[in-house]
Amino acid sequence: MAVQDLDVAAYCLRLGDDALVLAQRLCEWAARSPQLEEDVALMNLALDLLGQSRSLLTLAGEREGAGRDEDDLAFLRDEPDFVNAQLMELDNGDFGRTMARQLLVSAWSLPLWDALVTSTDPDLAAIAGKAVKEVAYHLDHARSWVVRLGDGTEESHRRMQAGLDEVWPYSFELFESDDLLQRLVERGVAADPAALQPIWLATVSEVVAEATLSLPETDWRPAGGRRGTHTEAFGYLLAELQHLHRSHPGVSW
Amino acid sequence: MDALEQQFQDTVDGDGRIEPRDWMPEGYRATLIRQIAQHAHSEIIGMQPEGNWITRAPSLRRKAILVAKVQDEAGHGLYLYGAAETLGADRDELLDLLHAGKQKYSTIFNYPTVSWADVAAIGWLVDGAAIMNQVPLTRCSYGPYARAMIRVCKEESFHQRQGFEALTVLANGSPAQRRMAQDALNRWWWPSLMMFGPSDDNSPNSARSMAWGIKRFSNDELRQRFVDATVPQAEWLGLTVPDPDLRYDEETGHYVFGEIDWTEFFEVMKGNGPCNRQRLATRVAAHEEGAWVREAAAAYAAKHSAREVAA
Ligand SMILES: [Fe+2]
Ligand SMILES: [Fe+2]
Repeated sequence: MAVQDLDVAAYCLRLGDDALVLAQRLCEWAARSPQLEEDVALMNLALDLLGQSRSLLTLAGEREGAGRDEDDLAFLRDEPDFVNAQLMELDNGDFGRTMARQLLVSAWSLPLWDALVTSTDPDLAAIAGKAVKEVAYHLDHARSWVVRLGDGTEESHRRMQAGLDEVWPYSFELFESDDLLQRLVERGVAADPAALQPIWLATVSEVVAEATLSLPETDWRPAGGRRGTHTEAFGYLLAELQHLHRSHPGVSW
Repeated sequence: MDALEQQFQDTVDGDGRIEPRDWMPEGYRATLIRQIAQHAHSEIIGMQPEGNWITRAPSLRRKAILVAKVQDEAGHGLYLYGAAETLGADRDELLDLLHAGKQKYSTIFNYPTVSWADVAAIGWLVDGAAIMNQVPLTRCSYGPYARAMIRVCKEESFHQRQGFEALTVLANGSPAQRRMAQDALNRWWWPSLMMFGPSDDNSPNSARSMAWGIKRFSNDELRQRFVDATVPQAEWLGLTVPDPDLRYDEETGHYVFGEIDWTEFFEVMKGNGPCNRQRLATRVAAHEEGAWVREAAAAYAAKHSAREVAA
């Protein structure tokens, strides 16, 4: 019998929403990628993230103890109930922008999952054990594209830098802390965002330098996803995700 | 027939495999390239009608199954273009032919997926028909194609079972879900039967493909097998096959089915199906919008290898 733990439930919901929303964005690339190998690779990323989100939402539901399963959480919550970082929900833009977003997310989630492998919550640690291997590939994939596009042609350099500039400000939200995180870090359940940031910055800086790009400079730091505040684009993403499920309440699929 | 040709024909007749370095008649090579390319094009165009429902799939489990399926189809495209390349073709050139409308893909993908049940029906019927067509190709005389087909068929039969399972849930679900399932069968049944192509008993091309070990059964034989396998499944689902002439013939042990509307087939073939223009436009747009990415990868690789040489 699962033990109710609302803090762990809330934390799993954040990470589960991150993975679900990013997977949903990647799914939009189906049959539209620049080459066949990327159709395979992008669906592979989406599939990994979808798997992570299913495990995390299931665990969130268990720790919440209110009988909600992965589908209840994915399909029956409204926009303000979603607590993903806004970075995940940004429009794909072109392939360069999608890869910039993948780089910023994967460079964060790799050390995150790496830390969570030793989480004091054994179920979360088990999810982390699988996710850390998947995300290592995601980071390699994003790195190799950012480098090739940055150091490719004049056009690709320009597009890659533009994509990076567009998504960059949203990365700060990943390192925000709050009361929930402080309590969970103290319990050894969650990863400390402050500890992740230098690792993230080192990875990203190295890739950006190799790609002959420059780190964007901005003091604009949009945030609010963790508290249920989202971008305008998010409503459309949720509408698409949820409409069929909600059109037939209570049935099986 | 010279010695090389005799040796080739003996290998084929003895159920052996022709490998890329073996001598082969030019007609055999050309026929295979065209057939494999058409098959590869079908795999990648086929990602579109199903991809249409990925972002709207009604449960996370179904979404994951569908993403994995669309990913498999991209993988099938890759193996098949690879098999065509062993014959001296070039993937980029084959894609250009597809984009220019000079090579075809299966007409089935020119129909729209308008409801979630269509995704299930495609798995059940379209992957099911593809398996009937492709299982004999696992014994095709050309080694790389036969081996690609072994892997592809394994995955297609997985898709077929998943589609059938998804449709089973709908057929046993709410009245709205049942209606959705029946409507999908109504729309996909006849196009699925057309997937086997027109009757080819008197076609000289078919006779030649049979002699070359590229084709083992006639279109009509394969279509009959599909009908015989599928009608009992429809009955089990409690769905009605949209064919008033359909009946079981006790004597032959086969289902007798109504006349196929070949005018529709040839119209879709000509480009006048509901989605021909859309499918091709989407494919061409993806290719063109991705050009800068492919160019960048090539430029990077060239720079990089130049630097390595210099170092
Ligand atoms: Fe396939
Ligand atoms: Fe398939």
